[in-house]
Amino acid sequence: MAKTETFQIRTEEAPLLPAPVSTTGLIGWMRQNLFSSISNTVLTVIGVIIAYWIIAPFVQFAFIDAIWTGEDRKACLPPEGSEGEHMGACWAYVKAYFPQFIYGRYPTDEIWRVNIVYVLFALLLVPLAMPSMPLKKLNSILFLGVFPIVAFVLLTGGNISISSYTWIFVALIAAVGVAIAAILSVAGGRDFNGVKPVLIGFVGTAVVLAIILGFVSANLGLSTVDTPVWGGLLVTLVIAVTGIVASLPLGIALALGRRSTMPIVRLVSVIFIEFWRGVPLITVLFMSSVMLPLFLPEGVTFDKLLRVLIGVTLFSAAYMAEVVRGGLQAIPKGQYEGAMALGLRFWPMMYLIILPQALKLVIPGIVNTFIGLFKDTTLVLIVGMFDLLGQIQSSFTDPTWSTPTQGHTGYLFAAMVFFVFCFGMSRYSIYMERRLHTGHKR
Amino acid sequence: MSKKILPLVLGAAMGVAATTAASATTLEDVKAKGFIQCGVSQGLPGFSNPDAQGNWTGLDVDLCRAMAAAVFGDASAVKFTPLSAKERFTALQSGEVDVLSRNTTWTMSRDTKLGLNFAGVNYYDGQGFMVRKDLGVTSALELSGASVCTNTGTTTELNVADYFRANNMPYEIVAFEKADEVVAAYDAGRCDVYTTDASGLYAQRLKLTNPGDHMVLSEIISKEPLGPVVRQGDDEWFNVAKWTLNAMINAEELGVSSANVDDMKSSDNPSIKRMLGVEGAYGEGIGLSNDWAYNVIKNVGNYEESFNANVGPDTPLGISRGVNALWSDGGFLYAPPVR
Repeated sequence: MAKTETFQIRTEEAPLLPAPVSTTGLIGWMRQNLFSSISNTVLTVIGVIIAYWIIAPFVQFAFIDAIWTGEDRKACLPPEGSEGEHMGACWAYVKAYFPQFIYGRYPTDEIWRVNIVYVLFALLLVPLAMPSMPLKKLNSILFLGVFPIVAFVLLTGGNISISSYTWIFVALIAAVGVAIAAILSVAGGRDFNGVKPVLIGFVGTAVVLAIILGFVSANLGLSTVDTPVWGGLLVTLVIAVTGIVASLPLGIALALGRRSTMPIVRLVSVIFIEFWRGVPLITVLFMSSVMLPLFLPEGVTFDKLLRVLIGVTLFSAAYMAEVVRGGLQAIPKGQYEGAMALGLRFWPMMYLIILPQALKLVIPGIVNTFIGLFKDTTLVLIVGMFDLLGQIQSSFTDPTWSTPTQGHTGYLFAAMVFFVFCFGMSRYSIYMERRLHTGHKR
Repeated sequence: MSKKILPLVLGAAMGVAATTAASATTLEDVKAKGFIQCGVSQGLPGFSNPDAQGNWTGLDVDLCRAMAAAVFGDASAVKFTPLSAKERFTALQSGEVDVLSRNTTWTMSRDTKLGLNFAGVNYYDGQGFMVRKDLGVTSALELSGASVCTNTGTTTELNVADYFRANNMPYEIVAFEKADEVVAAYDAGRCDVYTTDASGLYAQRLKLTNPGDHMVLSEIISKEPLGPVVRQGDDEWFNVAKWTLNAMINAEELGVSSANVDDMKSSDNPSIKRMLGVEGAYGEGIGLSNDWAYNVIKNVGNYEESFNANVGPDTPLGISRGVNALWSDGGFLYAPPVR
């Protein structure tokens, strides 16, 4: 018996139906993430209430009740007879003080010099930070080698008096190089090519030093600006950038030293790291500004900013060393052995195989130290230097702007500036991590 | 900026080399370098605080400017180093500053043990009390049972304890770490009384919601004579500091101000003539030109002008002269004559 069966075979695809309203768009997202269960719903409601409690007064203070223009404190005072219930941020005060927050008490006529440094810094850093930009090597030399000296001369005015001893010292370096080369070729029987690296090393160093010294001591017609009048964001950036850039290579060297098999190198590195990690930064700054002058003969003074820069750099180098050491320890022994099997000596092995892997692993730790350092620059206030926060706090003492909201406004501004910088560093580190992930991505 | 450290190190090494050469007296050093390095506070309203343009102003600042005027005839030949309370004496001892004009209380231990000399008093301060006007209190002795806002761990706190105990009054301390917190607590009504140095009370009053609702009581419970400090053992420089201050006070007493100092040169009063260098050669005695006091008054003004411009009744601080009036007006200010 013939069985009649009808098959329905679709010859074209069924039309795509839109997803149910409840699973897409804002509503879907909210259902999925905010109201997926009773407990989540309760938590969402509580969260919204708390957020409102925090955000609403903030918006009210920072924007709605805020005063944007004014000449002095009278503009920001609460109306006569009110209980101060509608006092907003006094942005007029920040506006009046803005140049001081950015440049400190740097002479107004010379501020263009700071601006050039800011612009140069940005122009050199941005292409360096963008992997797609070409000429990385030239860029690095400009940023790490030329920029600091240009910035130094622009900010201080250059024209530094250099004692003849310094020149003799530089000449001595070159002489030592020539002498070593001579001894090697005579006693060691090497030909010219054999002593070339020694000559280049010593004489090159002397020449570079001489060029730098010549430049900083040249009278370029810039008036001298002493470091005590530097302040605000300028000091914050000078300390943070110097500390960050100098502490990384120093920290890597210390980390390698601590893992070295050479006993004296290891011992020195361990002592250095443990000493600087064992004292609080505030003590370091304090010692450098209060104790150090007592040890020096009377009349001898050291630039305070320089003392702070050295202290901050050595301090953060010790932390950096431990972060980098963590990365080095995460590299399996096989990597070292493989590198050695290829015939690489210590420095090529480190440079080509170990450090690229180790540093990539500890990017979060390194950036953590950078951000910590950036924020620690505020401690220089205790040695009488005015970083951004110090400059803001010092402006609180100006009676022409004393109002009940002056302090809140100032701190709010400080928080915003610090957040911009720290958040920027944090995002860039995440970007670098993503770019460099090879097998460690979650 | 890694190599930034290098030029700085070199710069400092050279700076060291340059400064070791000079080890003469402070006055010679100052004359040689062409300016006075003056240690000031990191900001105390009316005494030494930077304004929005970054210029230092205040009573203590004026004293340094006056010294510059006395030495150079130019009140702007002075550089200011803001110093924290902790490092101020080291900075002076080590020669980082030439004079410390930083609302520093003259005490015996500082005068004797630290190797410093106080050149006089340019402001008689003391710990006072601020209360709300509607409390109806007119004297500190009526503060029995009051809660007192103050900073933690300062002598202020101890002074209050001594004062209330000595007068047999119960009290309650509400202490905070920072001055801003103390003001905010007082403004919010968490305590009845706010106590700190009287000059500070006037400055902090500006941060209250309604400054007009508060008053500073007349009682002063501690002695805080503030004055300029120099290194001990350099009498010449000590004299310059001392007599600059004396000149400002004497000028007020003799009615000489920056406005009339040129006319006063032809005054018949021998005291004025001696002070302005018309008669005698008193400037030689302190190693300066004979018109040193004229320069001080012409460029900076007498004590009254400085006081009124920085802390006086017409400024936001609104401090009255009180004990800082001249001795002839019932205050403490008394300067030895130029004779």
